[in-house]
Order: sequence, then structure tokens, then C-alpha cells
Amino acid sequence: MPRFGMVIDTRKCVGCMDCVVACQTENDVPHGYCRDWITTEVRGEFPHLALEIRSERCNHCDNPPCVSCCPTGASHVEPVGMTVQVTSTKCIGCKACISACPYGARYVHPDGYVDKCTFCAHRTTEGRDPACVSVCPTHCMHFGDLDDPKSKVSELLRTRQWHTLLPEAGTRPRVFYLT
Amino acid sequence: MLEITTTRHNPLVDPHLAVWSWEIPVYLFLGGIVAGMMVLAGINLIRLARGDDPKRFFSVQTPIFAIALLSLGMFALFLDLAHKLYVWRVYVAFEPTSPMSWGSWVLLLVYPVLAASALLRLPDSWPWLARAVPAVARASDGLIARPGVVRMLGWANVVLGVALGIYTGILLNTMVARPLWNSAILGPLFLFSGLSAGAALIHLATAVLPGRPAPQGPVTGALAALWQPMGREAPPRSTGDQLTRADLAFLAIELVLIALLLANLYTSTASHAAAASLIASGPYALAFWGGVVLLGIVAPLALQGLELGRRIPHTVLPALLVLVGGFTLRWVMVRAGQLSHIVQATAN
Repeated sequence: MPRFGMVIDTRKCVGCMDCVVACQTENDVPHGYCRDWITTEVRGEFPHLALEIRSERCNHCDNPPCVSCCPTGASHVEPVGMTVQVTSTKCIGCKACISACPYGARYVHPDGYVDKCTFCAHRTTEGRDPACVSVCPTHCMHFGDLDDPKSKVSELLRTRQWHTLLPEAGTRPRVFYLT
Repeated sequence: MLEITTTRHNPLVDPHLAVWSWEIPVYLFLGGIVAGMMVLAGINLIRLARGDDPKRFFSVQTPIFAIALLSLGMFALFLDLAHKLYVWRVYVAFEPTSPMSWGSWVLLLVYPVLAASALLRLPDSWPWLARAVPAVARASDGLIARPGVVRMLGWANVVLGVALGIYTGILLNTMVARPLWNSAILGPLFLFSGLSAGAALIHLATAVLPGRPAPQGPVTGALAALWQPMGREAPPRSTGDQLTRADLAFLAIELVLIALLLANLYTSTASHAAAASLIASGPYALAFWGGVVLLGIVAPLALQGLELGRRIPHTVLPALLVLVGGFTLRWVMVRAGQLSHIVQATAN
């Protein structure tokens, strides 16, 4: 079974938000909400500044706190790709998963259930890339099987320096940022 | 310097988490009171089964009132759900890693135990019900005649009361993303706060009773049942003192647990220290120090101590303050907890 992950090259990302728009169009994300977003981080003191632009979303963690706190099993790890998904007809809208997520990746859909990035499960299970990855004009986003040593994502993680978001939370995120 | 900007703008998540409003503190508060009442009632049921003089203790009767309070709390919880039509999904699954799932099933066990415990006193509190439904009186008589069953009922009350009280804290405690809640002390703290609030409510019942003989209406009978020992007579003064002494112990333990919670958070990571600052010196400091610690614990401790020493007359003021403090504790923890987050390292 594959274990899907995403690798994003922050040296190529220009923060154009194409990924955000593609996601909203592909997944019919309600107006005023977002499943992915752009974060800009500036560190240092002027004039010695470092800028990192990141396309962020659900990290589909290996140790997802949103899944372990869900009282109904609505939040679950999908066997195909080991991605974290929400079954809307099992969700009671208790919002425990939203509180449990250190990345703020989830929100209450206007219809009442909790919603978030699915890694475009409807596309990736057919072998296609998620919508955000497929439209990126700088080709800074890569998607694939982290357990396959021959995949592009595995190769990038072997050969480049990377970091994940809030690794201290112990969630073992599967969206990696190349630096 | 670390400057972060984001294009994310999800309602209730940005600029900071605010998914839980008044409903959750109300539920945690009422659940805590019920937990406290169950423990108190359970201990007295065990004493009753042992053959102690039933006039010497109170709160064998609290289950009648506890059922109403718990139902009110669960209604608040229901109001909080965003996908209400699917609430039944909780009871077709058991998720061992989810405190909320454990809590839902514990609540399902609590109701029958409360109902059976209430039956024990029902004919005393509501004679009209016993007259209308003789089966109630027979069931009650049957229960009282079996000390073994009463003892089991007592232990069931104690165990489920402790589970319910601790669960309300653990529910928050397991969320790694909210540092303010990441202390296991939250469980015992909410339990002892529930115990003191349960005792406070029993105290309050003494004030709203219109006098002797004990009232028997649907509401006043249930209220009277909070305070009356077995039978119709007023409890002796020593029984009241016993409740006050128990409450003093609960409040003192609560104060120690709050100190431990702050010590625990301040000596942990930067995220936990920042979270502790939210209640100790930040936007919730006034509610925490003023509402929870001073009004909710220190003042009732002092007042009840003076009452025991017969320096001031007995009033319901300490009980009211304990209830205000108990609710404020939950409100502060739920609100400030959502504001707390993992702090990013800024070293560069």
C-alpha cells in the first residue's frame, strides 16, 4: 500500500496562489473557506532577512491527533495512500478534531460537517496528481509514495534539506518543505 | 524577528481558534456538578448500606436533581454540535483513543445508575408519585431492604462520578495542539471543582426550602431531596457542618491543584509557559485570579471556616461563590485554551 506525501520546494514557490484557486475550483470549497493557503515567513533583522513562502494544507500526519480524538470514526486514515479523511455522514460536528489539529487545517463546512484537504483522493487514487500540484506554474510541488524509494518525493527527501511544520507536536507530518 | 502572514481565513479558526463557545463550559460545569453529587451520594449510600444512622448524612437523594442537571448539560452539548442530525453516530461506534467516545458511553451508564439511586428516595421526596404509581414505592422498598444492592449502587455512583469528573478534564487534556490543556492535572482539578460545586448546590437547597414539613412538589420535592436525610425531618446541625468540612477539603485540594497546574505549565516548554501566561497574566488573568481563585475558592474557604467556628452565621453566600468559581474555571480554561497554541521557535 502506498503512503502518500507531498514535497514542496520553497526555493521555487513564489506564492502565486494558483494551488489555492485550483483547490477551490476542483473541490468546490465554499466561498470564504480554504483547504490550502499561502504562508509567508520572514526571519532575521533588516537588512539580513530570510523569506520562506509555503503552500500549506492538512499534513496527513502519520500520527494524526484529529483521528485519535474523533468519537465516531468519521476522521480516519484511509488504507489507500494512508491519507487522513473525513466521512461527512459520520461527523457530528463536535469540532474536537479542529481543536486537536496544530496546523489549523480543518474547518466546519457550512453544511455542518468538518472539512479539510483530502490530498484530492478522487484524483490520486486514479494515479493523477492533486489539483494543487498539477497547476503549479513553477513545478515546486511534488506528490507521490513516500514508501517507494524510486518515487520523486523519496528522491527529493534523500537529496535535499527539508523541514516539516511543528515537528515538536509529534504528529509526524507528511508535507515536507525543501529549503 | 519572526513575522508570519497567511492567506488562510477560515471562520472559527482564524485569527485564532474559537470553535467552542458557551455550550462547552456549561456542559463541563453541569457534568462536573453531577460527578460531584454522584461521589457524595455514593459515599452516603455505602454508609447507608453499612447501617449508619441515615439522619447523620445528606445527599443520598441528589440523583433526582442530578438527572435534570445532566440532561441540561447534555442539551448544551447537543446545541454545540454543528452536524446535529448525525448525533446518533456516537452510539454506533466506540473509539478507544477518543475521550469524547469514552465520555459518551460513560454518560449512557450514568443515567440508569442515577435513576436507580433516585428510586431509593423517590417516595420520600415525591409521595404523590408513590401514591399514583405503587410500583415505585414497592421498588423503592425492595431496594432499601437489600443493603447489598444499595452498597453496589453506592460504589457505582462513586466510580462513575469519578470517571465523569475526570473525563471532563481529560477531554481537553489530550489535545496536543492546545498547550494550556496539556496537563493531566486538569482531570483531578475538574473533579474536585465538581465535588465542591456539588456540595455547594446541596447547601443552596437548604436556602430555597420553604420550611417544615418538607415540600413535596415536583421541583421543591426534588430540591428538598438534595438536603433532607432519609425521612422527613430536618438534618441536625452536625450534618451541615460535615458538608461544610468536606467542602473546605475540596476547595483546599482545588487550590493546590491549580498551583500544580501553573507550576506544571510554567516549567514545561515555551508553548506551555506562554499558555499559562494567558490565564496568569494575560487576557484571562482577571477572570482567573479574581473569578476562579479569589471569589471561587479563597473567599468561600474563609467564609466557611468562619461559619464552622461560629464566628459568622451560616449563609448561602459561600455556596453561590463556589458555583460562580466553578463555572468561571471551565469558561476560562475553554476560552484561553483555544487561544493557546504551539509557539514557533524564533532563534536565528
